[in-house]
Amino acid sequence: MEWVNAIIQGLLTGGLYALFACGLSLMFGVMKVVNLAHGDLAVVAGYLGVGVIAVTHMPVLWTIPVVVVLMAVIGYILQRSIIQGAISRGELTTLIVTFGLSIIIENGLQQFFTANSRGLGVGDSFITASFSIGSQIIIPWLNLGIFVLAVIVLLGLNQYLSVTKYGRLIRAVADDREAAQLSGADYRHVFGIAAAIAFGTVAIAGICEGMITTISPTIGTDTILLFAFASVVIGGLGSLWGTLLGGIVLGVAQAIGAQINPSWEPLAGYAVFLLVLVIRPQGLTSRGAQA
Amino acid sequence: MTGQLAAGSRSADFSDVRVTRSRRNTVPSGIGALVLIVVLFALPFYVKSGPLGIMVQGLIVLTLASMWNLLAGYAGLVSVGQQAFFGLGAYFVLIPAMHGITPWFGLVIATIAAGACAVPLWWLVARLRLGYFAIATWVLASVVMLVIEQISSIGGGTGEPLPGLSGMQPAVLTAYTYWAALAVAVLAIGGVYLLLRSKIGLTLTAIRDDERAARSSGVRVGLARMGVFIAAAAGCGAAGGVLAIEQLQVVPGTSGGVFSVQWTAEMAFAVIIGGIGTIEGPILGTIVYMVLQQTLQSYNAWYLIILGVVAITIALFARRGLWGTVVDRFNIRLFPVGYHLWASGEGQRWRRRRRRPATQAAS
Repeated sequence: MEWVNAIIQGLLTGGLYALFACGLSLMFGVMKVVNLAHGDLAVVAGYLGVGVIAVTHMPVLWTIPVVVVLMAVIGYILQRSIIQGAISRGELTTLIVTFGLSIIIENGLQQFFTANSRGLGVGDSFITASFSIGSQIIIPWLNLGIFVLAVIVLLGLNQYLSVTKYGRLIRAVADDREAAQLSGADYRHVFGIAAAIAFGTVAIAGICEGMITTISPTIGTDTILLFAFASVVIGGLGSLWGTLLGGIVLGVAQAIGAQINPSWEPLAGYAVFLLVLVIRPQGLTSRGAQA
Repeated sequence: MTGQLAAGSRSADFSDVRVTRSRRNTVPSGIGALVLIVVLFALPFYVKSGPLGIMVQGLIVLTLASMWNLLAGYAGLVSVGQQAFFGLGAYFVLIPAMHGITPWFGLVIATIAAGACAVPLWWLVARLRLGYFAIATWVLASVVMLVIEQISSIGGGTGEPLPGLSGMQPAVLTAYTYWAALAVAVLAIGGVYLLLRSKIGLTLTAIRDDERAARSSGVRVGLARMGVFIAAAAGCGAAGGVLAIEQLQVVPGTSGGVFSVQWTAEMAFAVIIGGIGTIEGPILGTIVYMVLQQTLQSYNAWYLIILGVVAITIALFARRGLWGTVVDRFNIRLFPVGYHLWASGEGQRWRRRRRRPATQAAS
């Protein structure tokens, strides 16, 4: 029963990892940008949440839409200025600029907010509430809620990209930006919108991380970016369903590892990542690029 | 291609065309480099331990920057996980020292062992392209750290003091550490210079200029990249070994430890600021780094933030870095690794024309 419990907990954590990963996946899929500052931006979103709560005293759940909008605006501006500038100068420049942003954000947060970790919404009753199935399986409502939210976000994004008119435009630009430009689409604006969407999902991920555990300046790269990347690789590049599956596989692997030996939690996840990298480099779902 | 030109210069048609490594005479700059090394070697006889300690830090960053430049500037491998080899180097000095082998010889072990560790890790990431390669190396560095932290006999997650040097006087130890750091840095830069002048250098230049064309001309791209990855790992390992000796302890961990991504940030920023894809760039970048770090050392990590802002600005607006700007203006090369094709009678008039050399792309 302990094992079943561990696997269920891992599955729920996997939803959070999929949330981490979907922004990374989207930005690579559309702009071919590997955003090394991805995890640190999630931490920024978490601190924005802390700030919004401190100023307005609104309940933590209401901060999610506020921070999502804020981060989407930041994403659009950042994409249209620095990242677009880097894209036009080549892949190496893009990597250096996003890596530089990552280091600047991480150290800047440490200067302003110290290295201490903070939690979001500590004291709200739903954060600690849980229900149990049988005697051994205890499921916190929060973890279940985040898992459901992750599925809704990924499903919604997938539908948005495949069904709506603007989603098709984003895919067209992703496939061939010159051709889309010739057909009258301003690809820079489309890139900006895609970045805004990606940053919005990053905001949700950052606040969920803050609610489920705590946030501190260093988790941006140590956990969020690397777990997000592992999820993307395990699931297969360019597929949002694959990203969800990859997050779940990573979460379950970590939970099983932690069950054997608590200090093996991250290692067990990376072991699966390396295994997939060697045996099935195209990922578990080997469908073609979708996003 | 430049090789054919060199051969052609012997035939009758091109009798007045010469091909040399540099437009200018390299003897003065070579002598200058030798004098500089001698002066740096004699430094412990004139300055106190404090400045020497700062020099050791600078030489560590210089070694790391030269290695990262080789990776990113010549082989197109943007690694964000070089701290893996840096940390492994520190541990490969620590582990022999715990079994009674002197840390000075440990540096040799660290260099070879870090290079050897790069072989299986390369096999894991070799397939990945630029951006994914970058994050994958970061994951590998994290994995290496997590594995090392599991081994309690070498300090686990808390670290271990370095034995074997407690008998030495502090001043003598600082001087020896400085010489070790200097030797590692000189060997690293010299190694990069010789590597780039060799056949591998020509291969790397071909890859850098046009990978697809190089591949279709039969250049073994994967093999050259693997060689560079292993060489850079060995260099970073040696630098990590020097750090272990300087700090007299090895601490793992991502914040402040040997596996901190900060090491890769420092080497990358130094390379970008100095000028990527030139041997002189990392040297200049390290000087900028040291000046910033020393002037802002009482403001915690602000030097790193400012360094990051400068690196982003240079990456966006002056891609060739500080040294690239110098080359463009004055056409100086301290370490010529390319070739220059002299037009007939060009030698007498180059001073007034100040034209960019015809084979700029190959340098």
